[in-house]
Amino acid sequence: MSQLESATDTETTALEPDPGVWEVVGRLDRELVGLAPVKTRVREIASLLVIDRLRRQAGLTSEPPSLHMCFTGSPGTGKTTVALRMAEILHRLGYSRKGHLISVSRDDLVGQYVGHTAPKTREVLKRAMGGVLFIDEAYYLHRPENERDYGQESIEILLQVMENHRDDLVVILAGYKDRMDTFFQSNPGMKSRIAHHLDFPDFTEEELVRIADLMLEQLMYCFSESARQAFGDYLRRRMRQPQFANARSVRNAIDRFRLRQARRLVEMGRPLSREELMVIDAEDILKSRVFEVT
Amino acid sequence: MHLTQGTFSYLPPLTDEEIAAQVRYCLTRGWSLNLEFTDDPHPRNVYWEMWGLPMFDLQDPAAVLHELQRCRQAHPDKYIKLSAFDRSKGRQTTTLSFIVQRPPEEPGFRLDRLEYADRQIKYTIYPYATDEPAGKRYRH
Ligand SMILES: Nc1ncnc2c1ncn2[C@@H]1O[C@H](COP(=O)(O)OP(=O)(O)O)[C@@H](O)[C@H]1O
Ligand SMILES: [Mg+2]
Repeated sequence: MSQLESATDTETTALEPDPGVWEVVGRLDRELVGLAPVKTRVREIASLLVIDRLRRQAGLTSEPPSLHMCFTGSPGTGKTTVALRMAEILHRLGYSRKGHLISVSRDDLVGQYVGHTAPKTREVLKRAMGGVLFIDEAYYLHRPENERDYGQESIEILLQVMENHRDDLVVILAGYKDRMDTFFQSNPGMKSRIAHHLDFPDFTEEELVRIADLMLEQLMYCFSESARQAFGDYLRRRMRQPQFANARSVRNAIDRFRLRQARRLVEMGRPLSREELMVIDAEDILKSRVFEVT
Repeated sequence: MHLTQGTFSYLPPLTDEEIAAQVRYCLTRGWSLNLEFTDDPHPRNVYWEMWGLPMFDLQDPAAVLHELQRCRQAHPDKYIKLSAFDRSKGRQTTTLSFIVQRPPEEPGFRLDRLEYADRQIKYTIYPYATDEPAGKRYRH
């Protein structure tokens, strides 16, 4: 009680100059469509770190927070994009000295023969020190069907470094949720070292249209009215196909629309207005292969 | 006898923080770092053994300190040297190198005199450590 009283005194902790972390969080909120649960978690983690810093300044020492994370979700749901922003947040708050992100997958970590894996994994870990190591589809490190697989060696080195070099490097594992859960079941050591789990939901059709609008705007293009309708139609068909990859598929689709628009404009063989140069038309979309199968 | 070689040879041994600060300087210059070890302290011995490959593409000194720690564990009784290499065109040379570990005891060098024709003398130095075969030196 008396400790509380003295704490509620006039003695407030002077806020350090804002390291700009809320600006990064705000930018993430604005620039990324949807992903409400992810944004909430990012805000929570940022708050935790801001408060941890203030507590340390006020002499309230505690274990530094564990920062290793796991991002689960389908391809193209923004895991890599959010990891980059997370690296920036960690950097601004001083939990990462450099704030760079090294993105790797199994092939970058696991070797081909005895004695190859350890140096390979260590090489990657060294490059990531001072920043964030992003391991895409991390579950491929573990191959249950082959007990002599070199992946296990890589996992062990990772675990060691995640534990002993907490100040030097933050590890983010990424991949599909169900496979990641299986991976954690057979690697409880890995699960116990990961403090933050963020799940990235698939985008709705409406969100995908907004993502397309955003991407077009950044490229200084736009949909015509009929094109936006055609795009909705396109999405409904494309989303049913097996290789659909959320926002990544939208980005690829836009690349193809631009190609068709360019061809259409060149074939007109006449001077073009600024507007014509910008607008993607319905026919640029409707020529897509997804409309061939019904 | 305290062996001195390379940059900072006039200073007392650098602490790990000081080593990290030097590495940080090298990294900001874009130099690659390399660790080597030996148990032959002769100043003309340029054939030190490499501890793994030279380290490229690093961002942070922690990585080098991590390797140094591993090298010290594997070779607690040898000399370890850290060197930096500038690969930029026109330079392509070692830019900095200093000793980061010494054996616990260093017996030093003997001065040998070779007397030959007409009472002339040639001088050479001989490390006491090399009385023992390679790999068996500095074990106390
Ligand atoms: N919420 C979003 N809003 C806007 N663009 C997004 C969003 N999520 C992802 N993207 C874009 O989609 C593409 C793929 O995202 P990425 O982060 O690589 O996904 P993942 O790593 O989950 O496969 C990138 O070009 C990214 O800019
Ligand atoms: Mg990705």
